[in-house]
Amino acid sequence: MKKAFAVLLVALIAMASVMASGAGEGTATVSTDGSTSMEKVILSLAEQYMADNPDVNVTYNPTGSGTGITAALEGRCDIGLSSRALKDSEKESGLTETVLAYDGIAIIVNAGNTVADLSIDQIAGLFSGAISNWSEIGGPDAPVVPIGREAGSGTRSGFEEIVGVEDACKYSQELTSTGAVITAVSQNPGAIGYASLASNLDSVKAVTVNGVTATEDTVKSGEYAIQRPFVFATLTDTPLSDAAQKFFDYCLSAEAAPIITAAGAVATH
Amino acid sequence: MGISGFLATKGYASNPRRLMEDLIHLVFLILGLVAVGSVLVITIYLIISGLPAIVEIGPIEFLFGTRWASTAKEPEFGILPFILTSIYGTGGAILIGVPIGFFCAVYLARIAPKKLREVMELCIGVLAGIPSVVYGLVGMTILVPGIRMLFNVPDGASLMAAIIVLTVMILPSVINVSLSALDAVPREYEEASLALGATDIETYFRVTVPAAKSGIFTAIVLGIGRAIGEAMAIMMVAGNVANMPSLFTSVRFLTTAIASEMSYSSGLQREALFSIALVLFLFIMIINAILNMLKKGNQKI
Repeated sequence: MKKAFAVLLVALIAMASVMASGAGEGTATVSTDGSTSMEKVILSLAEQYMADNPDVNVTYNPTGSGTGITAALEGRCDIGLSSRALKDSEKESGLTETVLAYDGIAIIVNAGNTVADLSIDQIAGLFSGAISNWSEIGGPDAPVVPIGREAGSGTRSGFEEIVGVEDACKYSQELTSTGAVITAVSQNPGAIGYASLASNLDSVKAVTVNGVTATEDTVKSGEYAIQRPFVFATLTDTPLSDAAQKFFDYCLSAEAAPIITAAGAVATH
Repeated sequence: MGISGFLATKGYASNPRRLMEDLIHLVFLILGLVAVGSVLVITIYLIISGLPAIVEIGPIEFLFGTRWASTAKEPEFGILPFILTSIYGTGGAILIGVPIGFFCAVYLARIAPKKLREVMELCIGVLAGIPSVVYGLVGMTILVPGIRMLFNVPDGASLMAAIIVLTVMILPSVINVSLSALDAVPREYEEASLALGATDIETYFRVTVPAAKSGIFTAIVLGIGRAIGEAMAIMMVAGNVANMPSLFTSVRFLTTAIASEMSYSSGLQREALFSIALVLFLFIMIINAILNMLKKGNQKI
């Protein structure tokens, strides 16, 4: 028995020393937390940055814009990620926003739907229930089934704000991920939904809005109307750690722009 | 010095085996306290984080309000739609699932040939082991479009789809628990009935089933517990819109209300989600209490 205890004790000490040395090895950590819409962009940036700087570890916690902003405010992460502009109240509480990129929100319908172009008003009507059958706007005779994201989602608040249907949408389904929305739209002939342009839209049809196709170029030029910013939220009064500041600068540099583009968003810088 | 003094006072120095015994006791006590401690921590945490929002919104408005609009400019937090949906959804699943599970258990316990029983029990075991997200995925890709076409409704994601998924999910626990209750009925009871001239089926339903009654009730309550706590699968098929429940509308359960808004919530919205968790917790406590009462009843027989 005594032997067993001795072995256990040695093992514990060994583990503790390994963990302690791991933490003290001098690898700096940059923690990011927030929007799931920004996952593809931030992970691509982090991957390239960590390949270039092996002594830095960039972490990403996919919690959602609201949680990411709170985490940045409470100092639980270095950089908060938000897929909407910060509210005035959030800025007043001590956060600064830096726009990293723009994301277009594609309006998607079932692949079998003949409607190819929608105006903002029509989109508002389709989601608010004012237009209840596709035949009213020259489409097939099928009931409109609006499919959206859950309350609090950055894509949803972005979409509703731009289209002007805040709190007025009569959703038939509220799903918790972009992928689920795309799947649901692909299965229902009368469905209409919205999804980030960066996502894979092969199984559905993205309509043009006011005659403009949602592409990176039209989002960047501002021609495509339904778009939103990808934002870095940082504390106004507390400077970032050296490692975090370097990563922050890297993301906004011209060097990072092709990576952001490859991830499906439109870089600002 | 201090330690050796302590050892001497307890008499451990002269009796090292006793020290060992007491140490082991302590270790087991700590391990036991992990489970008890988790329950206590969760309960206290839920009450602390769930109560403020209920007080702020007002208990009547919270529990009986019919509109949930947590991120609206003038937010409303009425969870009656969620409570009713959870009750209807669970009730529906019990209504369909219990007869199927019960008759299946009677068949397996008394009528089925041994080989067939083995195969079917294996299948039920697999059904119990399927992760809920898989139920949801299958429901989303097959059941939801199926309901849309079959009943000619605009969208198949509805209470109906959730009830069907829940029914399948509670079947294994209903069948397994009923089955062991029926198996525990002594052969002599049945033999006495058969000797009196009753047919096999009469014997099963007049003698075996009444003797296994409390075990079957336990199965039903377990099924309720499983159905009311399920989130992942129904989140994928129920549509998740906070409507008052009806069979073909998109609905949100207590569980899915928490799960679907948690990741992006903030402020009072987040607190209200904890309050929903508290309500759900109370529901499950009540179900557990009923289950315990039934188990005690079981032991008396």
